[in-house]
Amino acid sequence: MRVTAPDFSQLRLDGVSRRFGSQDALTGLDLTIQAGEFIALLGPSGCGKSTALNCLAGLLPLTAGSIWQDERRVDTLPPERRGFGMVFQNYALFPHMSVRANVAFGLRMRRLPRDEIRRRTTEAIRLVHLEEHADKLPGQLSGGQQQRVAIARAVVLEPSLVLMDEPLSNLDAKLRLEMRTEIRRLHQSLGLTTVYVTHDQEEALSLADRLVVLRAGRVQQIGSPQTLHTRPANWHVADFMGYRNLWPMRAQSAQGALVEVEADGFRLVGDPVGDIAPGEAVMAGVRPEDVRVDDPGEAATNTMPAEIEVVEYQGRELAAEARTAAGIRVHLRTDRRVAPGDMVALIIDPQRLLIFPNDSDEQPSGPLVDEVGTRLEEPGLVG
Amino acid sequence: MSVTTPPAATTRPSQSPRVHWRHRLAERGVDGQLWLLAPAVLFVVLLFLYPFFYGLGLSFQPTEGGPFSDYARFFGDAYQRGTIWTTLGLALPAALLNVLASVPIAYRMRGRFRGKRLVTILLVVPITLGTVLTAQGLLNFLGPTGWFNRVLLALHLTDEPVRLVHNYWGVFFSLIITGFPFAFLLVLSYLSGIDPTLERAAATLGAGWWQRFRAVTLPLLMPGLATTFCLTFVLAFSVFPSAVLVGNPAGETRVISIAAYQAAYEQYDYPYASAIAMVMGFIELVIISVVLLARTRLYTGSSGGKG
Repeated sequence: MRVTAPDFSQLRLDGVSRRFGSQDALTGLDLTIQAGEFIALLGPSGCGKSTALNCLAGLLPLTAGSIWQDERRVDTLPPERRGFGMVFQNYALFPHMSVRANVAFGLRMRRLPRDEIRRRTTEAIRLVHLEEHADKLPGQLSGGQQQRVAIARAVVLEPSLVLMDEPLSNLDAKLRLEMRTEIRRLHQSLGLTTVYVTHDQEEALSLADRLVVLRAGRVQQIGSPQTLHTRPANWHVADFMGYRNLWPMRAQSAQGALVEVEADGFRLVGDPVGDIAPGEAVMAGVRPEDVRVDDPGEAATNTMPAEIEVVEYQGRELAAEARTAAGIRVHLRTDRRVAPGDMVALIIDPQRLLIFPNDSDEQPSGPLVDEVGTRLEEPGLVG
Repeated sequence: MSVTTPPAATTRPSQSPRVHWRHRLAERGVDGQLWLLAPAVLFVVLLFLYPFFYGLGLSFQPTEGGPFSDYARFFGDAYQRGTIWTTLGLALPAALLNVLASVPIAYRMRGRFRGKRLVTILLVVPITLGTVLTAQGLLNFLGPTGWFNRVLLALHLTDEPVRLVHNYWGVFFSLIITGFPFAFLLVLSYLSGIDPTLERAAATLGAGWWQRFRAVTLPLLMPGLATTFCLTFVLAFSVFPSAVLVGNPAGETRVISIAAYQAAYEQYDYPYASAIAMVMGFIELVIISVVLLARTRLYTGSSGGKG
């Protein structure tokens, strides 16, 4: 398939909002997408990412805002006149048409010459390695093959924008990895501008040039995979980006660029994200892989004695859950062969412990303490 | 479960133990739940199969002549033979119109919207009325002094009342009023069985609403339309009360069921009446076979929806 020069330079979403009744599904989404970029909309279910995609596709009318493709306003156009390709979560292949007819559908709708339709369809089917299945009905294909057809059907039109709505979520783990590579390969070879919706942070990190993290219909952060991975804007994003350890604490005093935080007499030093005043409620977050395990030893900064409670084997590494003397649960990953009941020291590099302002009373998605009852025994952690 | 291998395992290939009969029956779908079908089977045997075969036998035992003489009598008499065309002339257009009218309404009515329940009730309520009430309504509304003609006369659109009852049109309207709700409900359920994402996908591929309907929804709906047509056709073909009440049972709406009724209850010639009933059943069977045969040429697999 030819790599066509994109026929626009940027797509601009300007305060795109969508209400369902009295519920705000998406509020004021501002986003500028450069041609050729791969954007991932990321967030937990119900965050408004699919709403945003459907608004872009024209399948949902906007409640407010506008969408511009350079100087062309597209949000007032019906979906069939936007020229965007879309890949649906359930593939949405036409069950009564062969693979070839499915892929050719969009070309037929454009009333292209018969020869060109045949040529481009064959090419698109070859691109997704389905040559020997071209005359089958979608029902005769596996999930992964159906997804390939859906992708071929969308890209055969060489659309100015490809929208993908959780395209891999119905596939099993192995196939998901394969298709992820496939999508990345397609994007790199065709240079199609892509907006990809997912709730899988790993998928988003590995595919996208830029990530947009949404929560409750609002943008939380827009940035490169690296930025989101190492420097989440707030603890909600951190929670979503794999900071499994999130502890509600209270800021004590600044220590140079760092800040000391405290909960229940237990002190840590971390790197503040944004301005944090002493006495403020904060959320301290660290990734499991940034918690180091050592033999129990002397007390030092950010060193906590703890007991290993649960161990999961994960190949090269172990994922473990430990409980500190102060009763805090710590998720960690280590290549040490620890076992439940082991007494260890947990060490956190202050640069890797991010201190976020805690703006709300909400708890992180993973329960801080498993049982409701034990949480009450640790009032210092909740405050 | 035992960890050690039982000694029998080594000799198993030669022994090939027989599968328990319960497993073999279950494989063929024979189990205790089959008893749930018993009332239906009994019902079919007592109220359909027995009367049918009784009638079939009776139709070959005419009061005079050989076994086929009643059939010969029916087809030999142009007045009797003509009832076939009269009935088909009513039932085929009525069934077709019922199905065709249901499609756009059901198409618009799928999915959720405010007042959907009310509209559905209004569309379906004629089912509850019964033929006689419908006939009376038609007589009042469409009759020579009914509201419809009075409005036409008042507006000077016509000089004399349009005849819409006691003829073909009266029966036709009656068949529409009673048959449409059935067709509508069936088509609606077939349409809801089609995944709405398919049309959205077609839209993103550049298909306008007519192309979406024509290329995606209609082909997936066609098998359902064929089934719906068969059912409404059968309902319309056995028309009797409205043919008498709002039709012209001696003339243009003398349908085949009237012929059978007259043979049975005016001439008390049961064998002849049975023969007419058999002809009637045979014609229905032919039409349904043709439609269902055509249906097998369509795509009838999954359409991805909740149906």
